[in-house]
Amino acid sequence: MMRKLSYLALTAAIGCSAMAHADERTEQFIQSLTELGFPAPKANELVHIPPGIDKLEEAEIHPELKRVIRRGHDLFINTQQLRGKNVFNGMQCSSCHLGDGRMPFSAPTWPAAVTLPDFRGKNGHVNSLEERIAGCFSFSMNGKPPEYGSDDMLALTAYHRWMASGVPMYPKQPIYGRGYPAPERPKELSYARGKDAFEQNCAICHGADGSGLQRDGKTIFPATWGDLSNNWGAGIVRVFTAAGFIKNNMPLGQPNSLSDQEAWDIAYYISSQERPQDPRYTGDVADTLERYGPTFHRHSMYGQKRESDGHLLGDHANTGEKGFLKPDTLRPRTFE
Amino acid sequence: MKHISIALAMAGLSVLSASVQGEMQGDAKRGAQAAALCIACHQADGGGKHIEGGESWPRLAGLNATYIANQLHDFKSGARSNASMEPFASMLNEQQIADVAAYYSQLPPTPGQGGEEVDEVLLQRGETIALHGDWSAYLVSCKSCHGPDNQGAGTVFPGIAGQHAGYIESQLQAWKGRTRNNDPQDLMGSVARRMSDEDVRAVAAWLANQPPAAKQQELSQ
Repeated sequence: MMRKLSYLALTAAIGCSAMAHADERTEQFIQSLTELGFPAPKANELVHIPPGIDKLEEAEIHPELKRVIRRGHDLFINTQQLRGKNVFNGMQCSSCHLGDGRMPFSAPTWPAAVTLPDFRGKNGHVNSLEERIAGCFSFSMNGKPPEYGSDDMLALTAYHRWMASGVPMYPKQPIYGRGYPAPERPKELSYARGKDAFEQNCAICHGADGSGLQRDGKTIFPATWGDLSNNWGAGIVRVFTAAGFIKNNMPLGQPNSLSDQEAWDIAYYISSQERPQDPRYTGDVADTLERYGPTFHRHSMYGQKRESDGHLLGDHANTGEKGFLKPDTLRPRTFE
Repeated sequence: MKHISIALAMAGLSVLSASVQGEMQGDAKRGAQAAALCIACHQADGGGKHIEGGESWPRLAGLNATYIANQLHDFKSGARSNASMEPFASMLNEQQIADVAAYYSQLPPTPGQGGEEVDEVLLQRGETIALHGDWSAYLVSCKSCHGPDNQGAGTVFPGIAGQHAGYIESQLQAWKGRTRNNDPQDLMGSVARRMSDEDVRAVAAWLANQPPAAKQQELSQ
């Protein structure tokens, strides 16, 4: 009954008569997700799960647009092709956004295409879809975004727009499975328990030293900390974001298999390791923390002493593989 | 001396001895001798054999040495149960396991067999699962663990591209039916149990037709 209601809500939200097989596909997704312990959509939620890239050919759009969307998808799943140009660590977009950016509870990326431009607390101004993607390059990829308006940026935004096909702009309803919903924070987090749980559940792919696995310069399993991982400004350094990602998506293929305590302890442990400096670094970790604490770092371990050995996290000038601290695109907008 | 050790190794006796701390170093040359036990099924070139409708024997050539050694240990201990392999694995001592694993890992990989007959639709399904997964059934892609070309990742995730269709199918079915469960953390089992029989056939057929290694690809060009 619950499920029927949500499909009605979905159909109403999208308001399209040709949604019959999309409904069926969505139903299959929801069934798999609920069997794996994810919540079913609430009656008021907007449920949208984009078609896979294999359905692009069927779309009634200009063939040249299809080519550009395909390019965007390719950049999304093989972002390493921009290594040394825009990406300076071992990450792909799809490392964090599973199912090529389509999966609920894995921070599906298509909502950015229908909710932006909008004000964003992280940088305190109105962001476009391009600027949002630029944020990922600057922080999660420890890099330098493709230029606004460039072919690569257009391709990425086209892929996002296509994923969001059928969803109205600025939807009023909450979006089902948006972000990485975190389980409730347990009373206490433990570094030692997190280390044990990481070694038992994560190290097989990510390595006990968090360096992941690379072969011939290609990332097989992404690094969870260190120079090949995201920098201190990436959303996932916030412990609740990491806990949500882990609980909902890890180990790969076994979502919701870790307890809430384990997911949080592992997140706390990973978040207590070093990684390249936050591009917003002012030259002083305490000063940087003071500036970006209220909007960001109050959720991370940046500028705090590590529980295990008292190491002051983020107190360094290491920028990883890149030879600069801050890409030019990270700048305020004031409209004054 | 060499002749003596060959004779003893072939008799399955433990002459090349001793427990070493941690992972034992294998010697491929010695492994070639011990591999005399394996040839009947896995063939002289380590290519194994696809047997349509029967028990297919996997290609070992070019697989990761630690992976092979771990499987032999598991056959021996019963952690992986296989009536054909158990007696052979039990004949090998620790050093011989390391040696034979080193030997097969260094042989050039041979192409996979089987799956040539399946139709285009099934192959397409196999490719989708192997490279993209089917997230509507929460099937993660094979390549997300087995490496970008499904040619293996590290010591835990074996190369499956260019493995025989019959073998891949039988193993996935074994995981589905929980008769094989020696994968760490149930990583393969949890995915296999969400695959339909058709998914299993599709992915086995598609993978069998892929190059087992980059080197192999270059050689054939």
